[in-house]
Amino acid sequence: MDAVLDNLGDFGEGIRVTLQLSVVSFALAVVIGLVIATFRVSPVAPLRAAGLTYVEIFRNIPLTAFFALAVFGLPKVGITISFFRFAVLVLSMYTGAFVSEALRSGINTVAAGQAEAARSIGLTFGQTLRLVVLPQALRTVVQPIGSLFIALAKNSSIASVFAVIELTSTFDQLTETETATLPLLIGTAICYLLITIPAGLLTGVVERRVAFKR
Amino acid sequence: MSAVLYDQLGPRGRRRVRIATIAGYIGIALVVWVALQRLADKGQLEGRRWKNLTNPDLLEFFALGLWANVKAALVAMALALVFGAVFALGRLSRNPVVRLGAGGVVELFRALPQLLLILGAALVMPKYGFEVSGFVYLIVALTLYQGSVLAEVFRAGILSLDRGQSEAAYAVGLSYRQTMALVVVPQAVRRMLPSIVSQLVTLFKDTSLGFVIGYEELLRRGKFATVEFGESLLQIYLLIAAVFIVVNIALSHFARWLEGRQQRKYGAAGAAASVTGVEDLAVLDTK
Repeated sequence: MDAVLDNLGDFGEGIRVTLQLSVVSFALAVVIGLVIATFRVSPVAPLRAAGLTYVEIFRNIPLTAFFALAVFGLPKVGITISFFRFAVLVLSMYTGAFVSEALRSGINTVAAGQAEAARSIGLTFGQTLRLVVLPQALRTVVQPIGSLFIALAKNSSIASVFAVIELTSTFDQLTETETATLPLLIGTAICYLLITIPAGLLTGVVERRVAFKR
Repeated sequence: MSAVLYDQLGPRGRRRVRIATIAGYIGIALVVWVALQRLADKGQLEGRRWKNLTNPDLLEFFALGLWANVKAALVAMALALVFGAVFALGRLSRNPVVRLGAGGVVELFRALPQLLLILGAALVMPKYGFEVSGFVYLIVALTLYQGSVLAEVFRAGILSLDRGQSEAAYAVGLSYRQTMALVVVPQAVRRMLPSIVSQLVTLFKDTSLGFVIGYEELLRRGKFATVEFGESLLQIYLLIAAVFIVVNIALSHFARWLEGRQQRKYGAAGAAASVTGVEDLAVLDTK
């Protein structure tokens, strides 16, 4: 276990970068997800088609292929940003597709009468969505969205292949100098659990907080 | 489906939607135009860059790479199904030691990044005398992770079955083993089939992580190809992304078709369980 204890500083830095990457990407993914979900339930056909295309593309592309396309391909069209920003871009666009699907299924669980009541008192589509449907839909999707954050934190490990020094790259680098590989792997696993387990617990707390009787 | 959000539109509403529709088309056209302009500016639309993609040697090289993905996915899926079945039954066992052990394994592997498991397999196994090929490391890691996810799918499938089924089986004198093998598992598997197929999408996507440990799958071969065909780098990665997307969309549609067939065949109750199964997975497991 010495291999882990000697390098606690590196692991701490790894956790910090993984957390930062996950939180920033997640915030953007939620914004993207909200926009795409709105597109997908709107009465405007081209927006619905655009939303569907977005979801089908980014839900079905392997993250590694998306990373490669962005990190190697985008500089060819003159888009050069830091590796961290590439990672945020890729992770948030990818996760955004899943967030929008979660939101859409949440919108579909809101009883039809709610939207009908909102319309009958004269609210517009935007108002219906913003004031009546989404506040209820968001409550039902706390659990799936929380799971998406956990999945995102795990997926952020792929950034290690594309020059972001986070937890998984910390593990990869340490195995080059230390011989005790298995303890390092266990240490890295514990670091990930330090992120995902509290995230799961927090999801539960939030879900109970916002719950309401129907 | 979401038509409940808006009424049958009146003349003014229809006019607004028409305007928004036109604006939407213009917006999309604008985005496409800006993207194409950018590509053209950097010379990425030049014919010579795209022509390389029709090079038969390159296509064969890529086809073999794709086959490596398919092969890894099929082998890992077969093993993960076995792993998942064993650990799902373990978690449902009446022996508390088996139950806790199986639960611990499943929860642990589900909580770790797939990539960490792949790197872990490739770096740790040789230290203990298992110096094998990248293919084997990839299969081991995929099986552990996907098997654990599938174990949860199976467990949910078994638990979703009406208690009356197993009670009836016990009532006619079947043992625990017989009840599971003859009554519960066959029904649960049928219910979970769409979820299993959509898990295959995740698994297929993850085979591209073989890239990291030098397993020669499609993405790794794409990287090789960019050395010889440097001018077509962007085009090669676009092609590879498109191939993955097409295969995965086909698999997802197959899962949806299975689900619809189930709904028609076994009625709403069975279908409801499988629908939530798929929904949960799509959201829960997003690799």
